[in-house]
Amino acid sequence: MNFDDTPQEAAFRAEAKAWIAANAPKQYEDELRKASLGRVALKGANILEVAKAWQKKKADAGWACLHWPKEYGGRGASPIERVIWQQEEGPFGRLSSMFIIGHGMCGPTMMAFAGEEQKRTYLPPLASGEKIWCQLFSEPAGGSDVAGLRTRAEKNGDEWVINGQKIWTSGAHYSDYGILLTRTDPTVAKHKGLTMFFLDMKSPGVEVRPIKQASGASDFNEVYFTDVRIPDSQRLGNINDGWNVSLTTLMNERMSIGAGVATGFPELFDFCNSLMLEDGPAIENRAVRSKLANWAVKASGLKYTSMRAISALSRGERPGPENSIGKLVAGSMIQDVATYALDLQGAAGALSGPEDAEVAGKFQAMLLRAPGTRVEGGTDEIMRNIIAERVLGLPGDIRVDKDVPFNKIPTKGRS
Amino acid sequence: MNFDFSDEQKQMRDEARKFLSEQCPPKAVREVLDGKASYDKSLWKGLAEMGFLGVAIPEQFGGAGAGHLELCVIAEEMGRALAPVPFSSTVYLAAEAILIAGSDAQKQKWLPKIASGDAIGTLALFEGKGNPSPKAVKVTANGGVLNGVKKPVPDGAIADFAVVAARTGSSGRESDISLFIVDLKAGGVEVKSLTNIDLTRGQAEITFKDCKAEPLGAAGEGWSVIAQVLDRAAVLTAFEQVGGADRALEMGRDYALDRIAFGRPIGSFQAVKHMLADMYVSATLARSNCYYGAWALSTNAGELPEAAAAARISATQAFQHCAKNNIQVHGGMGFTWEFDCHMYYRRANAMALGLGSLSYWEDALIDRMRKKNAA
Repeated sequence: MNFDDTPQEAAFRAEAKAWIAANAPKQYEDELRKASLGRVALKGANILEVAKAWQKKKADAGWACLHWPKEYGGRGASPIERVIWQQEEGPFGRLSSMFIIGHGMCGPTMMAFAGEEQKRTYLPPLASGEKIWCQLFSEPAGGSDVAGLRTRAEKNGDEWVINGQKIWTSGAHYSDYGILLTRTDPTVAKHKGLTMFFLDMKSPGVEVRPIKQASGASDFNEVYFTDVRIPDSQRLGNINDGWNVSLTTLMNERMSIGAGVATGFPELFDFCNSLMLEDGPAIENRAVRSKLANWAVKASGLKYTSMRAISALSRGERPGPENSIGKLVAGSMIQDVATYALDLQGAAGALSGPEDAEVAGKFQAMLLRAPGTRVEGGTDEIMRNIIAERVLGLPGDIRVDKDVPFNKIPTKGRS
Repeated sequence: MNFDFSDEQKQMRDEARKFLSEQCPPKAVREVLDGKASYDKSLWKGLAEMGFLGVAIPEQFGGAGAGHLELCVIAEEMGRALAPVPFSSTVYLAAEAILIAGSDAQKQKWLPKIASGDAIGTLALFEGKGNPSPKAVKVTANGGVLNGVKKPVPDGAIADFAVVAARTGSSGRESDISLFIVDLKAGGVEVKSLTNIDLTRGQAEITFKDCKAEPLGAAGEGWSVIAQVLDRAAVLTAFEQVGGADRALEMGRDYALDRIAFGRPIGSFQAVKHMLADMYVSATLARSNCYYGAWALSTNAGELPEAAAAARISATQAFQHCAKNNIQVHGGMGFTWEFDCHMYYRRANAMALGLGSLSYWEDALIDRMRKKNAA
C-alpha cells in the first residue's frame, strides 16, 4: 500500500508539471484556487476567453483530451495519465468547466457513432476548445425520466425537421454544436422511438433563452426548436436506436475520477479556524468541533475513495462501483456545510453582499447554488437507485409505462 | 500509486474469511451470546494455529512477523464474523502496548504466549464513566504496588494479564501516569464479570489490592504509550467495524431480495433501496478512511493520529448505521432473538464506545487537524 508513482507515471508527471509551470496563466491562479461552488469568475477578464486560450494552448502542445486518440485531437494517453494530468493542472482545471460536457459526453458519443470524416472534422476543434458543444437531452416533461422526452424529429427527404423544447442545457448560449435526442416514433414504447443527432447551434429555428436559476445566476438555458432542419448525415446511430446511443453519453458522465468533488469542507474548516464566537474561537467550541469532525471524515472518505479508484486505473483495471458515491455525498454535504457556516454567524449570516458577508459571501453563494448540485447530472434519488440496482443488485423500479406506446402514456397527474 | 492491499494480503483475507466461515458461523457466536461459554476457546486455538494472533508480532517473539497491513485484513474478517474471542484486547491493546514499551525480557515473556494463544491480555484503562484522559486515572502505583478499581476492562474476566494505567505522580500532568503489567492470576487481584450490551464479548471490573506489578516502559511515560496504543487500536478496530458494517449491509440486501410484501420483493421499493444505498455509502466512506489509516499505521507515518481518528469516527458511524438499518429492513423479524441482526447491533454499539466514544474521537480529530494546519 503506497501513494507512489510507478517510474512511468513519475516521468509523465514530471513532464506535465514542467509544461504547466512554463505555460499556465499564472496571473489567475489565486482567483481560480479560491473559486468555490456558485462562484467561478475572474475579475477584469472574460473567463470564456481565458479558458479558450488555455485550452488551445494545451491542445497545440498535446495536452488536451489526453485519453482521446491523437487523430481526433487527443494524446492517446492512458486513464491514469489523464488523472495525473488533472492532479497537476490543479486550479487551472477549473477553466475547463465549459468544456466538460463536450469533452466528457458529446465527444465520446461522436467517437462511437459518427462517420470517420465527421470525427476528423469535428473532434479536433472540440478538443482544442475552439468549438464548444452542449448536450440537448432534458425536457420539461423528461428530467430524471429522460426517455419521456417529446421533441419531435420528422423525416423529410434527406433531412429531419425538429420541433420542440429542451431545458437545463448547460452552456447552450456559448455553444457551437450540440447533440440532440429526439422522438422519431411516438407509437412505440418510449425507449424504442428515440433518435440521436448532432447539429449546428446556429441553425435557423434554434432559439436559446437563459433560465434565471433560483440562485439568480444563469448557467443553463431553454432551447426551442422551430422547424429546424438537420441533414440525415448528422444522425448518430440508427433510427429509433437513440436510447442506446444516449447510454454511451450518460456512461461517460460519471467518468470524472480524480477531478475531486467540491464538499465545502476546506472552506468551512478555514472559516472556523478564524471565526470568533461570543465565548471564544469557533474551533474550540465543542458543538462546532463535532460538526466539523463529521464532515471531515466524509471529505476524507471521498478523497480516499477516489484514490482507490485511481489505484485501479494505475493497475490497468476498471475502477469499482465505489466511485458512484461521490456526487451523492458531496451534493448534500455542501448544502449542509453552507447552511452551518451561515448559522455560525447568527442574523448577519443572511447578508450576502461581498462587502458585508464573511469570506466575501462565499458560503451564501454556496448555499444558493447547492440545490442545483443535488439535481443536475442525476438527482440524489436517481443516484441512490443506481447504487441500489447496479452495485447492490436490487430490482429495478416497476415501470408502468414500459410496454405502453409513448402516445398512450398519461401526461397529467391530478386532472 | 497502489492505495490498496497487495495480492498476498487479499489472499490472506480470503483465507481468514474461509476459516472464519467454517469455524465461526453464527451458531458458534450464539454459544457465547446465550452464556454457554465466556468465549470460543476452540476458535481461539484455531486462530493461533492459523498464525493470525501473532501476525504482526516479529518472528523473534514467536509471531509471523508479517505486519500491520496483514493484521488489518484479518481484523476486518473478525468483525465480519462477530468472532466471540478476545482478539482486540489481546492483539490490538496488550500486544501493541508491549511492542511499543516492553523490555526485551517482557516481549520474550508475553508475545510468544499471545501468538500461540496461551495468554489472553487486555488493557485496564477506564475507571467508570468518561473517555480516555490522564486525569481519570485514579488507580495508584506506589513502589510497584497497585491499588484501585478498573472498569470496564474488555475481556477482563478471561484475561491472563493486563496492561494497567496507574498514577505515579500528582503534578496534574500526563507524566503522572505510568504503565504496569499485572499477572491477573497472581495475588491482589479481584475480577468480577459485568454484563454489557454486547453479550458476545466480556467486560469486567478489576480491583487491585496491594497488587504487585511490573513497570512497562519508563515511569511517567505511560500516557504517551496509551495514546499510541489507542491510535493503533483505533485503526485495527475500524477494520473490524467495517467488516461488521459490510456484513450487516449484505444481510439487509439479501433479505430485501428474498422478502415479498405487497406482491413484490421489498428491495424493489425505493424507501428500502435508498436505505440500503445509504448504508453502502457509509460503509464505503469508512472503508476508504480505514485504508488511509492502514497506510499510516503500517508506515508509522506522522499522519497516523489524524488518520486513526478519521478511520475510527467513520467506521463507528458506518457500523452503527448499517447495523440499525439492517434491523429496519428486516422489520419485525429483525427484532427477534432468533435472527442474527441484533448481534451486529449489539456489537456495533459496544464497539462505538470501547476505545473512547465518538465525541472523544471527534474532538481528537479536530485537535490533530489543527496541529497539522498550524505546522
